[in-house]
Amino acid sequence: MSGTPETTTTGPAHPGTPEQPPVRDAPAVREAHAGQDGSAVREAHAGRDAPAVREAHAGQDGSAAGSGGGGGGVGDPHRVLKSLLGAWALAACSPEETLAVEEHLTDCGSCAEEAVRLRDAVGLLQTERGLDLDPQLRSRVLATCLNRRPARVPVPAWAQPYDTETARLDALLSDIDPGEWHAPVQLRWFEEERQVRRKATVVSVIGHLMTVDGLVAAALGLDDPLGMAGDGDPTSRTETYWLNARQPPTLTVRGPWREQSHTLLRTVSFAGGGAAELGVSYGAFTLPLEDALLERAFECWVHADDIARAVDYPYEPPTGAHLHKLIDLAARLLPGTLAARRRAGLAAPAQSLVTAGSPGRTLHLEVEGPGGGDWWIPLDSPAAVGSADRKVAHIALDGVEFCQLAAGHVSPQEAAAGQLGDRTAVRDVLFAAASLSRL
Amino acid sequence: MAKDAPPRWDRRMQQRLARGEAAALGELYDRFASLVHSLAHRVLDDEDAADQITREVFGHVWENPHAYDPKEGSMRAWIARLTNRRAVHRLRQSESAALADGGGTAEELELKVDRAAAVARADYIVTSMPAPLREALELAYFKRFDYRQTARRLGVTEDEARRRLRLGLQLLSTAHTARGVGGQEYGSAR
Repeated sequence: MSGTPETTTTGPAHPGTPEQPPVRDAPAVREAHAGQDGSAVREAHAGRDAPAVREAHAGQDGSAAGSGGGGGGVGDPHRVLKSLLGAWALAACSPEETLAVEEHLTDCGSCAEEAVRLRDAVGLLQTERGLDLDPQLRSRVLATCLNRRPARVPVPAWAQPYDTETARLDALLSDIDPGEWHAPVQLRWFEEERQVRRKATVVSVIGHLMTVDGLVAAALGLDDPLGMAGDGDPTSRTETYWLNARQPPTLTVRGPWREQSHTLLRTVSFAGGGAAELGVSYGAFTLPLEDALLERAFECWVHADDIARAVDYPYEPPTGAHLHKLIDLAARLLPGTLAARRRAGLAAPAQSLVTAGSPGRTLHLEVEGPGGGDWWIPLDSPAAVGSADRKVAHIALDGVEFCQLAAGHVSPQEAAAGQLGDRTAVRDVLFAAASLSRL
Repeated sequence: MAKDAPPRWDRRMQQRLARGEAAALGELYDRFASLVHSLAHRVLDDEDAADQITREVFGHVWENPHAYDPKEGSMRAWIARLTNRRAVHRLRQSESAALADGGGTAEELELKVDRAAAVARADYIVTSMPAPLREALELAYFKRFDYRQTARRLGVTEDEARRRLRLGLQLLSTAHTARGVGGQEYGSAR
């Protein structure tokens, strides 16, 4: 529904673009006037395009719209006041203008008649829009549809969280006031063992999401929004985008971001399950497509939440089923991250050598609440298998809290997690989770 | 968003729905759900009933994409008509049931349905009116902009902003009568 200002000014011939003189009088009003016999009205019409009228318009800022004449001639105030009737009915005039219109209505029959009609019409405008459309309704409606007629080209299960999260963010964007597009958004993540922050805006966050989604687009052979053919890592790409993007005019980035997300979904749907293993390069590492789309869903939610905080808007976590997939991705990435941190001297050395595929020392990650579950994290090697028998430590925390940790929004020291057993193992895993985050 | 503007978007969406693309169904929902839900809610004044109509309308479009004829107008207008028809029908049913249970008189029922139908017509008028008028009304009404702010946001003169607000309301006022005053002239403003 929300057209951009560009569409408005360049749109197909609508009455009254600056080039075409606007249709001065709507037919219904002319009819109303025709029914009147007062010669003053005719005079008013005769004078309506005289320069004096334009002066009256130009000079009315804040002042009382020429009420009482003020030398503009008998026709001018009527003409000006009549043109204000729509704005008046919508309470969109200045107080002085409102007063002037209302005084005029007491002695102008045609305007009074129209005023009543327009005010009644305002009553027909919706008192509320679907602003608070239940975000869950989307999946229920789609499920109903797909039950009635199964899709021939379904959206793969691993792409559904991305579908849902991008739709939720888009709904948030359509609800917030355009004036808030440049509201400051605080980005937080974990880097070099501490929490870092950076100021962004709603617009630049959407640009960031679009730029990193572009890695998936490039892997699928679609256009890279940066024109870099999928080169670079998320951070360098974002920096490039932010550096080169002209201070983006308010709404322009939302369209391309949304369009790209729709195109991604469409493309993976046609590619089907076979594409799940396709590699998506993040620069320093590669994720299979199915995990990359979970990662993008995760980041979309995290940043939507950042935006929602910035504009003081309620935003719920993903549904349990989707949250579970996101937590599962983070849990699966933990052993590899742990190993990389160990190589960098950031985690304690392995305590035993484990042959690939056999059970090793294990941390039990117990995630509570919707989307929760149990994950068994092998501590000494990503190739080892987590095993309840070799459990040396236990972390229990809420699903959303775990995601906040993995997003770098909560520091490892502050995460509200129940901890048992080997303290070094607990510490290493919490830090590894936090270090999954980035800009 | 204007890149793939109707009617091309409408035709392409129709083809994709016909092909059974679930991703197209998602896009359709993203574009029209708030329209459908709010139209239904306006007529029925009930959240659950509006949810139900939303399901029915999208279900119908998904099952019958060929029922849409681009020659008869935009997909948006088609979906708005489907919604209004179903919502008013549902209201009539529930009111008739209430009547059978001894609630109210037949006249009250007719009055209520008529009122709901006028509201539905008004929504349809807003939905299908030229975008410049709709946008001006939205800014002034929903965003509570005054006409000067509206003019600035739309990049038009204040004169033009006042004109759009007035013309938009004049169009809307025709919803009070089944065949509105000057409806044809306004229609030609497109």
